[in-house]
Amino acid sequence: MSEPSPNLEAAAAMATTVPQAAALGFSMVSAGDARGVMHVAWREDLTADAESGSLASGVVTSIIDHCCGMAITAARNQRLPTATLDLRIDFLRPAAPRSGVSVEAHCYAMTGSVAFVRAHAWDTDPADPIATAQAAFMLSGAPAPGTGAAG
Amino acid sequence: MTREEQLQAFLARSPYLRFLGMTAELAGDEVTGVLPFSPHLIGNTLLPSLHGGVLGAFLETTALAQLALTQPADRRPRTLDITIEYLRPGRAMTTFARADLRKVGRRVANVQVEAWQESRSQPVAALRGHFMLGED
Repeated sequence: MSEPSPNLEAAAAMATTVPQAAALGFSMVSAGDARGVMHVAWREDLTADAESGSLASGVVTSIIDHCCGMAITAARNQRLPTATLDLRIDFLRPAAPRSGVSVEAHCYAMTGSVAFVRAHAWDTDPADPIATAQAAFMLSGAPAPGTGAAG
Repeated sequence: MTREEQLQAFLARSPYLRFLGMTAELAGDEVTGVLPFSPHLIGNTLLPSLHGGVLGAFLETTALAQLALTQPADRRPRTLDITIEYLRPGRAMTTFARADLRKVGRRVANVQVEAWQESRSQPVAALRGHFMLGED
């Protein structure tokens, strides 16, 4: 876990107050330093098909998108609306059966109005990802260029 | 199995699609994905608008459904990579999507999908993706 910071509460709230995130059962693992880590537990009603028992790729897409937003909140030290411009995900392999999925996102660059984020998702070992992602987001209520808190 | 039965079997196999509440309709061999609005799909409560992940999953599933329908059963498609472009907020209303199979090769298919709400000429999101057919 990272050190408590003023943005922690805003980041934690993102995992629970957004209806889609609450419905999927997202939880914040850590946030800070323009990074966020989020987890979604395995649930049978979120599997791609009953035989494989793996969480559906759609769940992975949702948590990656959401965790990217949390990394931006961590980078800006406040929770302001963001809108996803584009999101590319490489699905390296399906998640292991009956396994939850974790995501780490890093907001590695920010302009006055756009944030760039990389993320990867894993089931049991962060070094053995199930998916990698790259995304760009429009920032609302962005501070003037040069005054942002970007990492 | 008729195409309609194939499509319904594809949708029924996935618990996650029931969670989304996604359905699909068939016109000839063309699938239209249908995603009725539901409060648990919201990503931004202020607008309100659909979660970006929900739109991505809906587009991806429409591509998979269209592929599953036009390929033999032993070539069950698996998603390799997707690029989702968000064009407009997905509002609190039904969303539709259609997939265009741009190239179906021996092992990989390239598919483009567009989602819209009130008007097809004003898409809310688009997806380009590669899908593995059969074994890797």
